[in-house]
Formats: sequence, C-alpha cells, structure tokens
Amino acid sequence: MKEILSGNEAIARGAYEAGCLVACAYPGTPSTEILENTIKYKEIDSSWAPNEKVALEVAIGASFGGGRALCTMKHVGVNVAADPLFTLSYTGVRGGLVLVAADDPEMHSSQNEQDSRNYAKFAKVPMLEPSDSQECKEFTRLAFELSEQYDTPFMLRSSTRISHGKSVVELGERVTDLPLPKLEKNPAKLVMLPGNARVRHPLVEQNLVNLSKAAAKMPLNRLELRDTKIGIITAGICYQYVREVLPHASTLKLGMVHPLPHDLIREFASKVDKLYVIEELDPFIEDQVKAIGIAATGKEIISLCGELTPGRLRDAFGLPQPAGIPVEKMPGRPPNMCPGCPHRGVFFALNQLKAYVTGDIGCYTLGFMPPLSAMDTCVCMGASIGMATGVTKVVSAEEKKKVVAVIGDSTFLHTGINGLMDMVYNNSPATVIILDNSITGMTGRQDNPASGFTLMDQPTNAVQIPLLCKALGVKNIRVINPLDLEETKRVIAEEMERPETSVIITNKPCVLIKRDDVFQKGPVYAVDADKCTGCRACLKIGCPAIEWCPAGDGSKKGKARIDPLLCTGCDVCRQLCKFDAIGSVK
Amino acid sequence: MSHQITNVLLVGVGGQGILLASEILSEAAMLAGFDVKKSEIHGMSQRGGSVVSHVRYGTEVFSPIVPEGEGDILFGFELMETVRALPLLKPGGTVVANDLQISPPSVLMGQETYPMGLAERIKAQFADLLLVDGQKMATDAGNVRAANTVLLGAVSKRLDIAEKFWLNALEKMVPAKALDVNLRAFRMGREL
Repeated sequence: MKEILSGNEAIARGAYEAGCLVACAYPGTPSTEILENTIKYKEIDSSWAPNEKVALEVAIGASFGGGRALCTMKHVGVNVAADPLFTLSYTGVRGGLVLVAADDPEMHSSQNEQDSRNYAKFAKVPMLEPSDSQECKEFTRLAFELSEQYDTPFMLRSSTRISHGKSVVELGERVTDLPLPKLEKNPAKLVMLPGNARVRHPLVEQNLVNLSKAAAKMPLNRLELRDTKIGIITAGICYQYVREVLPHASTLKLGMVHPLPHDLIREFASKVDKLYVIEELDPFIEDQVKAIGIAATGKEIISLCGELTPGRLRDAFGLPQPAGIPVEKMPGRPPNMCPGCPHRGVFFALNQLKAYVTGDIGCYTLGFMPPLSAMDTCVCMGASIGMATGVTKVVSAEEKKKVVAVIGDSTFLHTGINGLMDMVYNNSPATVIILDNSITGMTGRQDNPASGFTLMDQPTNAVQIPLLCKALGVKNIRVINPLDLEETKRVIAEEMERPETSVIITNKPCVLIKRDDVFQKGPVYAVDADKCTGCRACLKIGCPAIEWCPAGDGSKKGKARIDPLLCTGCDVCRQLCKFDAIGSVK
Repeated sequence: MSHQITNVLLVGVGGQGILLASEILSEAAMLAGFDVKKSEIHGMSQRGGSVVSHVRYGTEVFSPIVPEGEGDILFGFELMETVRALPLLKPGGTVVANDLQISPPSVLMGQETYPMGLAERIKAQFADLLLVDGQKMATDAGNVRAANTVLLGAVSKRLDIAEKFWLNALEKMVPAKALDVNLRAFRMGREL
C-alpha cells in the first residue's frame, strides 16, 4: 500500500516495521513529529523525556535490555545527549539502537546550523542519510538491522526538508521474529571503566574499517553512471537537487555518510572527468575525499552557510536562472505571540523596568520582537539562568539588580534546574522568571513532566515547580498572574531589588492547549470608538488582535480596533487604556 | 525533466489552513497516479508568520521544493503573501488568489500601511489571475471556514487531475461533520 508521508512519519513507520519497542525524545523542530507518529503504533512505548540526554539514556537502557529502541532529537539536542553517545559507541548495543538527528540548515527554527555528520565521525557512530520519505522508512529499518549486526548504535541524519517534506511511501509489515527482551549480564562490555573501555576502543575502530569496506557493496550507496564529464558525490536532500538541476550528470549517491565507502569513491572518481561533492553546510564528505588523495570541487562553489536550493545549485554551476519577476519590498510578517498569550504582559513589564533579560529557547523568545523588545540574550536550552548568574558576577551592584532570567516550564525542566541550583549555591542576586504555561509551546504543544500528562495522553504526576525551587534552596518564590499587569510589574520590580536569588513563577496556561479544563477563553473585548483618543497605548503590547485604524485624512490620527475573532478576552489591553475605552462585550 | 512536472505554490499566513489544502492537493495527485512531493516549513511560521507550501507532481519528482521561477500555479490565501511569492512563479504562470487582507504586526501597530492595489499589481504581471472572494462564497456554502476549499475548487479546475480524485481526497482528509459544506464549497470553486 502507498501513502504520502512526511520524512518524520516515514521514520516512525520504519521504526514500527523494524520491530522497535521503545521510542523516546525531547521535542525539537524539525524532529518533533517522529514521536507524535510512533504513538500511532501501540507496539511502541513512546515517551517524552525531560531532555535529550535522558531520552538517549532511556533508549540505551531499552537496547541493553534487549529491545530495539529509537531516540530522536533536533541537531542541537545531540549536544545535550553527547555525553552518553560518545561512550555508547564503545559499549555497542543489544537491541538495535537508532538515534535520529534532524538538522536545520538555513535555521528555519534554530539558533545555529551545526552539521550533525561531524558527531557521527567524532563519536565513532555510523550514520545513514535518507533523501526522501521512502528512504526515511527503509533506512530506519536498515539502521536497526545494521546496528545489531555491527554491534553499534546507528545515527540517522535528517534535515528540515527531509523531515517536513512529504513524498510517496510503499508501506511494509512489522518484523515478528525478534527475540523477546530479557535481562542478560555482560559487565565487561557494558561497564565502561578504563580497563574495559581500553578493550572496547580498538573493536570500535575495527568495526568502522569493516563497515567502510562493506558499505562499498551496500545498495544504499549507489553509483549511477550517466554522462561521465561531470561526476557528483552527494547525499540526502542534495541528491534531489542535483538530479533536478543536473539530470545528465553521473552521481555517487551515498546513503551511508559515515564511514564513507572509500573503494566506491575511488571507483567513481576513476570513471568521471571532473569530480564534485555537493553537500549542505560543512565539507564533511569533501574533506574525506580529498584526504584519500582524490581531487574534488565542493565548497568553492557551494556555500558553507544555509540550505541548498535548486536555484542556488544552478548558480553554483553557472546555469541560467529562469526570468522571474523581482522581489517586491513589502511589510514583513514575522511570527508573533498569539492573542491572549500569557507571556506578553511579563515582557511588557520587563521592557518598562529596563531589565537586562537573559533569555532562553521557546515561544517567549519572541519577547525579543518589537514592540515588547525585552530580551537581551538567547544561546541555548537552559542557558538563561546560568548566564544571569555570570552577568551578576561582573557588573556593578546597581546593575546586578537589572539582571533577570526568563525560562519556560519545559525548558526549566530540560536544563534549567542545574542553573538554578548553582544560582542558589553560589548566592547570585539575579531574578528568575519561570514562564509556566503548562506545555511545551513552540514545538506545537507537547506535554512535559510538569503538565500532568504523558505523550500517550495518560494522566501522570505533574512536577510542582514552586516546590522544586524550594527544594533547591530558593527562599523567595512568588507565583503571579501574568495577565494582571500591575501585579506582574510590581512583583518583578520587588524581586529585582532583592539582593538574593528569587524566582517568580507565572501561572496562566498557553491559549492553544486543547484540554477542556486548562485554557478558558474569556468574553471578547471591544474598543469604544467614542472614548478612544487614539493614544496608541494598547498597541505597545503587540497583540495581533488589536489593529490601528488610521483616520484616513492623511494625519497621524486614528483609533484602535479589536478583532473579535482573534480576541481571547485576556484583559491585558484594557489595563493599558487610560480612557476606559476598552471593555468586554457582554 | 522539470517540464513534465506541475509546480504548485500555496502561500498565506500561519493558521489559515494552508497545510491542509496542500495535503488534499498532494493526496489527489497521488490518487491520480502521479509521483508527488511536498515541502513546507513548520515551527516558527505557525505563529502568524508567512507560510509557503510547495507541491510538485508528475512522472518522477526529484526536488521537493519548486525551483525558483518555475512555479506553474500560485495559490494565494492572502493578498500580500501572494505578491510576496510572485518571484517564484514562471512568466505566464497562473494566480488564484483569495481577495483577503490580513495585516502583519507592523501594520497592526500603525508603523506601516498595508500596500494598496495589490490585485492590480498581480494582474499587470500575470494576466491569468483569478481573484476569489473566498470568505463570501464560503459563507454562502454554509461556513466561512471553508474559504480554502472554495479556492481549492478553483485551483483544481486548472490542474490535470480528474474531479473524482479530488473528491476522494476531500473525503479522506476533511472531518466527517464538515464534509458536506466543504464539498459544496469545492464545487462552487470549480465553477469559477
């Protein structure tokens, strides 16, 4: 049977067909939907972990217990999971283990565009790279088999265009002849003390040599001879662009990008006049091709930055571009916090208080955007708290008061707890605001350990964030209603003044949570045009439901209007109006 | 190769239902026996930002994104986003656009104005423009939220996929309780 599947749906399907028993992840664009699809298969125990390191450790445990396990994350998630990953290559596996790293060239929704292939080489883990949804399914399945055959974890590299692209997939059946998991002790292989690890390391190196030789004959590495004037080594999505733009060129299409099939590369190079390597981001394949003494052109013509597109590839080869019309200059349409978003009032207050805000990763990173403009740093998951501690170590006593870290509930549980522990331990006077909206919002409303539900939608324990902060030793913990602007600003100002660590926790849920008893829409608000003086105070919160309507006489005058279809009745704009012009529509 | 491929671009604002419309189009093309690829960016674009979805079908499709300047049909859910995507279209391409303006943040805040005369600007460059009052027609069909389906009906008439495959795709992808309204909206669009 055929279906149109996204790369992520196809990876989930591949795991299912491979007999995978456990799937674990922390959400991250563009990888999130893999686990949101493994839950369709009741044979797979799918769960969200608090972070990628825990997710990988759960998968490793499942593998050591004898079951096949899938772990998925976005590229930067591998940084968090790197610690177990680098030793997992030494222990090897029992049940097959596949780690999906989804890269984001062009940074559609990421803070950097690191190339995960380097992790495969660095951690000495073999890596497959599919180029469409059919290959996502097949390679996932194959990675499980090879993982057990070669006693090593396998990585599968995706990218935004692969994960979120859709194409036709032929479905298969789930394997049924796998041994049932049961405990089996093997400490010499699984306890990585120096004595044991010294035995394992040479085996890992030999394994990679064996795989490189075997890969030359694997069908996933495919030599396609057409016109031999130009030969192109490529993999993943770039293969599709090469076939689109240079249909007559010969290609060596690599399905395994680590270790590389040196013999096959030499054979291909010998058959073509001029050799190119076409890859996004780093010269990962190119450098290795050159290292075995083969001349090739790559990064001289393909940028190290951003994603490839058919047009950019045409440019690289000096091919003519179709005569499209020029791009028009028009107002941009950046993403924005939703109407009624509980983060809005907090950033409005931080702006007014002129705080120095160390930010973090989530919807609230949009607090950077005008008119809120209240975020000064954003580096990685959980960084806000440690960075606030660091800033207060160097600035004057007066400036220390300005330092506020903001972090969401899911990000706090991901890697913020250690930062707060340090803040208390080392007596930082900074203020931390935990924007608890009861969900992992930015990636599309995933549950987390504080939301009270599992990925399988089962009720479960909800971490009590105030109690957790108390246990870490925070003496000043305030819970506020972020939709009450006066309270929000007053409490933040008080805690900024306080010369010791304090935590403020907001208590309103994300407006997008679908569960009945979580977010309640209030009565819709409207502007009384007779009372509106056109002062624009309500525009300062940047709510998408509030529109400035110019008077139309060429002057700067006008009035505000509220779109009743967008308004959630959060009441924040009413509190800004000095003329009592905004009220709920009964 | 690309001359055998039909390239459709669906553009608009996050939350307008663009992804569902492109799913229905992809499904219909697959049912009609074509190879299909589709690509778009999720993530940040969901928060009211610009959305561009690419759907390509034909005998064998390689790139999931439409090569720049090779779009055959631009399916615009919002006027400014339609104009923004015109450079992706080939000369002489077809535009089916919803006659709808959604103000971006800078316009909502009164810092910029929504550009005027966009339909005329499209028409000046692409003679084959169909401007549809999707909101009004969907209201006539029974639900304003079916505006996308009216437009999809209009687009369907301009693609080489038989009607039965569209209807099969709609039946598969649209929730049962909304199906009647959507089938009505789709047929109204096909008559444009």
